[in-house]
Amino acid sequence: MQKLRLKHLLAIRWFHWINFPLLLLMIWSGILIYWAFPIYSIGPLHFFPKWFYSAFNIDQRLAEGMALHFFFMWFFVINGIAYVIYTLASGEWRLLVPRSWSAFRDAWHVVLHDFHLRKDIPPQDKYNAAQQITYTAIILMGVGSVLSGFAIYKPAQLSWLATLFGGYQGARCVHFVLAAGYVVFFVVHVLQVALAGWNNFRSMVIGYEAVGEHE
Amino acid sequence: MNNRHREIVLPEQDAKRELARRTRRDFLVAGIAALGGFGAYEWITKAGQVNNAPWPQRKVLDLNGRIARAYLSDSHLMPTYSASQVGPIKVNGDIGIAEDFDASKWHLQVASGEDDPALNLQLSDIMALPKVNMITRFCCIEGWSVIQSWGGARFSDFTKKYFPPGRKLPQYVYMATPGEDYYVGLDMKSALHPQTLLAYEHNGKPLEREHGAPLRLVIPVKYGIKNIKCIGLIRYTNDRPDDYWAEEGYDWFAGL
Repeated sequence: MQKLRLKHLLAIRWFHWINFPLLLLMIWSGILIYWAFPIYSIGPLHFFPKWFYSAFNIDQRLAEGMALHFFFMWFFVINGIAYVIYTLASGEWRLLVPRSWSAFRDAWHVVLHDFHLRKDIPPQDKYNAAQQITYTAIILMGVGSVLSGFAIYKPAQLSWLATLFGGYQGARCVHFVLAAGYVVFFVVHVLQVALAGWNNFRSMVIGYEAVGEHE
Repeated sequence: MNNRHREIVLPEQDAKRELARRTRRDFLVAGIAALGGFGAYEWITKAGQVNNAPWPQRKVLDLNGRIARAYLSDSHLMPTYSASQVGPIKVNGDIGIAEDFDASKWHLQVASGEDDPALNLQLSDIMALPKVNMITRFCCIEGWSVIQSWGGARFSDFTKKYFPPGRKLPQYVYMATPGEDYYVGLDMKSALHPQTLLAYEHNGKPLEREHGAPLRLVIPVKYGIKNIKCIGLIRYTNDRPDDYWAEEGYDWFAGL
């Protein structure tokens, strides 16, 4: 006998795959906007070097970037809110949110395990502690992006919000750092998915995974 | 097979078939959805342009503007700062500001409606209005911002004095440089905001030529592009006015 187990609920699969291109578009249009005042750097590492702008043809597209950003922001926000409401209503949040502070210790063990520095892995439900922390953090980051985004978008009407982020330029910095965070998340996420294999990836599309099947 | 089954247990061959069937079906759905999404993106970005923005995006920009205008309030103010926080400003726009501009020949034309004869005002007429000093953040649409000190008259006081009493105030204001090389359109609510000034002083001194002498608009509830320099014409109108940067693909409302 062979068991097929439902891993990802239909709605969550849709939220996930709708979010993917929307987040990509928000980051892309955000870079088109950022080009007009590109001030951030870490030491000699400048965001972004000239070759980056020319390679992706980013120069002189501020108006286009703003129009795209303020178009897709609604869909991005609505999809994000729908996801949060659904995970709360369905009870799925219980599997996604870390339940105790020991999650941080467990997450560290998971990281060591992933780097083959540790043989065993802490017991887990559907998601391990590292996943729980990451998937919860990414939602909090989303909230941060929306709030800092509105602070930049309407610093006069929502001046209290801008103040919360340390002012207009502070909000802009937070917004940028969070966007960079999504890129880091994306790289790690795709790498993990690639390592986890086809059965895992397929379950994000069809919902089911084959249990006991090794690929 | 019901989609909501938490677990499906089948003999090995049947399970393989079931998995293959679901994989085919759902990847087909995913492919169609991806194509649909790509098609929607193509439409959103390649539809016919209105003022250099594809019309679906232009529609949403205008919708965003209507939402922002509804929320806009005279009590939502741009924060004010102290004189020590004033920073250096760069000159970013020179459209409509001639090198050989002769301030002595300048006057301000004011039209209360589309066909009304214009009123000609002098700078002294603006200076006769109650003077307001204000230190606010000037936000460029490029992303930089700088705290600047301004002195001038509230546009609301100007309107009270120079718009014919008893007439219904139109919905928009159009302002342009003397030759109409640069022009902006403003919704009346933003124009009458208490922080909207017709400014003739900048950082405690008379306004410099490159910053819009003798009279410019300072409107902190809008991006810098709406803060028109060297105003030569003010027209009250019910038709949404043309706007220099809105014609280049930017948001017409451009509110903060």
